[in-house]
Amino acid sequence: MHGMISRSIQCFLQDTYGHSAWADVAAAVGRDGDGFEAMLQYDPAETEALLCAAVQRLARPRETILEDLGTYLVAHPHMQMIRRLLRFGGAGFVEFLYSLDELPERVRLAVPDLGLPALDLCEHGASRFTLRVAHPHPGVGHVAVGVLRAMADDYGALVLLEHLGRRDRVETVAVELADTAFSAGRAFDLRMRAG
Amino acid sequence: MTGGPSGPDGRAPEGRAPDRRAAAVPAAGGVALDRAALDVLMPMALIVAPTGHVAHAGPTLAKLRPGRALVGARFLELFELRRPRHVSDIAALAVQAGAPMHLAFRDAPRTGFKGHAVPLRGGAGLLVNLSFGIGAVEALGVYDLTGADFAPTDLTVSVLYLAEASAAVQEESRRLTHRLLGAKSAAEEQANTDTLTGLRNRRAMDLVLERCAAGREPFALMHLDLDFFKDVNDRLGHAAGDHVLRAVAAILREETREADTVARAGGDEFVLIFGRLTDRDRLAGIAARLLRRLAQPILFGGTPCRISGSIGIAMSQDYAQPAPERMLHDADMALYSAKNGGRGRHVFARDLAAGPAAE
Repeated sequence: MHGMISRSIQCFLQDTYGHSAWADVAAAVGRDGDGFEAMLQYDPAETEALLCAAVQRLARPRETILEDLGTYLVAHPHMQMIRRLLRFGGAGFVEFLYSLDELPERVRLAVPDLGLPALDLCEHGASRFTLRVAHPHPGVGHVAVGVLRAMADDYGALVLLEHLGRRDRVETVAVELADTAFSAGRAFDLRMRAG
Repeated sequence: MTGGPSGPDGRAPEGRAPDRRAAAVPAAGGVALDRAALDVLMPMALIVAPTGHVAHAGPTLAKLRPGRALVGARFLELFELRRPRHVSDIAALAVQAGAPMHLAFRDAPRTGFKGHAVPLRGGAGLLVNLSFGIGAVEALGVYDLTGADFAPTDLTVSVLYLAEASAAVQEESRRLTHRLLGAKSAAEEQANTDTLTGLRNRRAMDLVLERCAAGREPFALMHLDLDFFKDVNDRLGHAAGDHVLRAVAAILREETREADTVARAGGDEFVLIFGRLTDRDRLAGIAARLLRRLAQPILFGGTPCRISGSIGIAMSQDYAQPAPERMLHDADMALYSAKNGGRGRHVFARDLAAGPAAE
């Protein structure tokens, strides 16, 4: 599994629960405090062990941790780059939803071996969607819920999200749009910031 | 299908009026398009009238020059044509219909564009479609544009996305490289350091001596051995011995220059390497000062530990080919001669009967 995935779990634990929590989890999976390198590949079993150790250390359900991870990836100041890249998807939240189909393709151009899940958006009326997330690793759909929640917030849209379960490696997330202009959202400028 | 004089860009340009039929192409077998549709389809297109004036500018293009009306300006005065070159009028451009064009604004910011042009029916002028091409990243850094300013078929925003994603990945690689370099130099530092005293270790000493011997600069080396150190260890224990070694290391560091090498060669033996120091009197002075300080009792938990030292000195200028092994051996000989002559003394290898001068 790509190091960026383990590394982002590590950063999430460090930034959200502090260095001592991370140190405990790292020790539980037999790593030193430096943890994972984003540019290296790791055995998927190691990523799974990392998650299990986090579930134990934090005494929180796996689903909650994964959803918080998704939110962290978009909303935390350290992860501005991901939020920015996702905002390229479209000017509004619905457009962003439509852009998810091609997200794995886009990401493949920059990081060919990241192995993002295949995403398939189905539309059931103007404000109801389901997003199908296909990935061998169970729980990726919960990360998607967190990402969608944070992105809706970013766009200023009010959405109801529900993880509908997993079947044949595919997790389904229901997205119900209550209001696309619920709040002002955060500004987005195509211009690259300095630095 | 509209496009008469009351079209969306109905501003009357100064001078000769461009042909207003330009945006409408009502001909059998042709495609008729009103300007609003054209703006949606090609927001960076221009219609250039046969007179050479801009008759219509797409909304995204208009956004690039907010304070200036593009409509009415002469196309070739707005843009410098870089390819094809030497085109002085629109008729010449029309001849090369469909060929790739490279052009740039004549005024700042001099954004470059890729484009191509096709003649409109009935001699109504040219339709020129532009794009930022590969210069998208630079262009988007300058103008206040959003994704909505581009047609969905236009990959400009994707180019920008890719540029940013690739910059982020490169940044991550750079960080990894820095971390690895840091770890490497830390590991090297560790591999060259004596853990007890923080001085260089024997391995580092060998490296420095090799480098000195290979270089042209003269150097001197001192071999220092502590006297009565074993007594301290036996009487007060290893903790006291370790404390004394650390105190000795501190003295050696204080009495030498930053560029000199102070190494713990093992046990209670130390080697000091002085680059570019050839003055026998100065070396003797340093040795005497070191030995004076080492003779001062070192307190360990209130108990004074008394040691002293003996020093043998070898100087590279005494050798035709200064070989580290030979110099260390000679310094060692001088050291034992110093010990035999009574402790707390120093001896130069060249003063020994079997020293370098004897060759």
